[in-house]
Amino acid sequence: MATASITKKRAAKNTKVSHPSRPLKGGKATLKLVPSPGRFGPWGGRYVPETLMAALEELEREYERAKKDPRFKARLSELLKNFAGRPTPLFFARRLSEKLGGPKIYLKREDLLHTGAHKINNCIGQALLVERMGKHRVVAETGAGQHGVATATVCALLGFECVVYMGTEDMRRQELNVFRMRLLGAEVRGVDSGSRTLKDAINEAMRDWVTNVRTTHYLLGSVLGAHPYPTMVRDFHKVIGREARAQILKAEGKLPTTVIACVGGGSNAIGVFYEFIRDKKVKLVGVEAGGRSEKLGDHAARFRGGSPGVLQGTYSYVLQDEAGQIAFTHSVSAGLDYPSIGPEHAWLADSGRAEYVAASDAEALDACKLLAQTEGITPALESAHAVAELIKRAPSMKKSEVVIVNISGRGDKDIGILRENLKLG
Amino acid sequence: MSLKFENRPSLVAYLTCGDPDLRTTREVALAAISAGAEIIELGVPFSDPVADGPVIQRASERALKNGVCLDEVLGIAAEIRNESTAGLIVFSYLNPILRMGVEKFAAQAADAGADGALVIDLPVEEAGEYRRHMRNRNLATVFLAAPTSPDERLKHIAEASTGFVYAVSRTGVTGARQELPEDAEKLVHRLRRFTKLPIAVGFGISAPEQFAAVGAFAEAAVVGSAIVRTIETNPGTEAKAVAEFIKQLIGRHPLRRSASQGVVGR
Repeated sequence: MATASITKKRAAKNTKVSHPSRPLKGGKATLKLVPSPGRFGPWGGRYVPETLMAALEELEREYERAKKDPRFKARLSELLKNFAGRPTPLFFARRLSEKLGGPKIYLKREDLLHTGAHKINNCIGQALLVERMGKHRVVAETGAGQHGVATATVCALLGFECVVYMGTEDMRRQELNVFRMRLLGAEVRGVDSGSRTLKDAINEAMRDWVTNVRTTHYLLGSVLGAHPYPTMVRDFHKVIGREARAQILKAEGKLPTTVIACVGGGSNAIGVFYEFIRDKKVKLVGVEAGGRSEKLGDHAARFRGGSPGVLQGTYSYVLQDEAGQIAFTHSVSAGLDYPSIGPEHAWLADSGRAEYVAASDAEALDACKLLAQTEGITPALESAHAVAELIKRAPSMKKSEVVIVNISGRGDKDIGILRENLKLG
Repeated sequence: MSLKFENRPSLVAYLTCGDPDLRTTREVALAAISAGAEIIELGVPFSDPVADGPVIQRASERALKNGVCLDEVLGIAAEIRNESTAGLIVFSYLNPILRMGVEKFAAQAADAGADGALVIDLPVEEAGEYRRHMRNRNLATVFLAAPTSPDERLKHIAEASTGFVYAVSRTGVTGARQELPEDAEKLVHRLRRFTKLPIAVGFGISAPEQFAAVGAFAEAAVVGSAIVRTIETNPGTEAKAVAEFIKQLIGRHPLRRSASQGVVGR
């Protein structure tokens, strides 16, 4: 009876192979939802074990209070300026503009921030919240190591105990950052499960958090996870776009035609996009990791091969199989190597406000070399994905157009990988 | 076929389905029921089990290698149902259910003869649609209550739960621990103010003393990692080993009598 019908359904399942690329409205994998502060259209929400719910509610309350507190705002601005080095320059890339023969190209230099990437913006913000909540221990995940280094840095600054979880595959790829974190006094714990990359580091950080939630804050490094993280982390990075918008108006007297950023979880992208969302004529372009092929498992392009799902607390596009198991991903850049994407990006894609494309490993490596040799700037391999998209679209753009590319981090950490992959001289 | 708690405490036994294979899961479940388990939690393997400790993580990995997912778990539920009237609860992370479709999941779980489900990363706030579909199929929705849940959340959890409420004994992931924390008893007492449903205490229970101690304040104890580890360490004789483990776990303590014999009333 029941057994027979299930066996038949199981057989039917095996014939389905396609992945829907857009949510199936009213069909499977959609949820009917009530609009709430943690939602971007249908995306986002709060999907965690009950043990963490009170901590998320506390974090949300504390963040809402802090946002309105002039002392918090003053302290945050002070640290962003004098500790992290904000504002970052918006640099006109003259030789690159000439070489590509299209628009005027400006680079937002987040790579010049203390610790070498935009990640420090969010870390300073959350660390000040940790202080307000009276917690003294911080856990974090890291992929490329940039968020781990930034977290270790703010923990050293404010005197918190710091544990960073990192996939052992990423520890191998980003050896230098592992040492930097340890030098800053953080404990780096290798994660040997699953694909041994960012996703698995997040799982392990969540397990630590659920165990030590009363004393520990989870300093999540991207616009991922359960509410309030996607909103809060975005807010701490909004400064990127706010500065860039004012800087470009000053330099060019007009808004840019296009803003390009790479998208792993999506924190630097949402940071640079956010203040431009209301400027409807400004094209926003997110660049995912196209990896080594279009096959599931060979890339991290969620908008190309993903479908709606819940991973690590949030409802968004997820690379998964027909049974809802999360797929392995690949990217030459550890920071983009993640099977889901920030829920606000899912909403920006659905609403058509932003466009998402992918750059392959090879394109990113080439872009890295080109930027190094034309402008003397070696971008992180993550940011090089944004440069790769620029290289593709610049030749077809008009000379009167203006593009901003967010250089989210510097490439020093990637020298080993670059050396393995690029033949020079 | 319903969720009954005849003994004090009753044993709720968790199994990761498909570890080491589906046939063994069925044998172990039936052996566990014969040995005294009143409810079986059928764990759905998931690639990213954030709430689980190393033992269940390893079991999930083995099961996934065998290609066991939600469809197969519902299949095994139906097979167990053919041979037993014990309570059957599907224990899953949200994504496999979402991928199947919540409505279809409820329909298939009901067809398979399951009594309900517990979705570990679906808090009550997000559970409206799920609860509606489960209710339509007469399936229990078991929710977790945690030591960190404030009273207003416990109230909400109690209202949303049917069948029983699962009280998490401590902050942390699944896995055996030495002692039962005070958190557990306090939480159960706080929960009682909001519900008359039976309460099952889980996370970290592995020894007869702990099991007996839970009986003093809760209707049931959930044992998971200790059983999964028994399966892991007894290849080839899993069912026999689990039956022995369970008999030892529940065997000698004086409060354990069948409620129908009138020794322990509720």
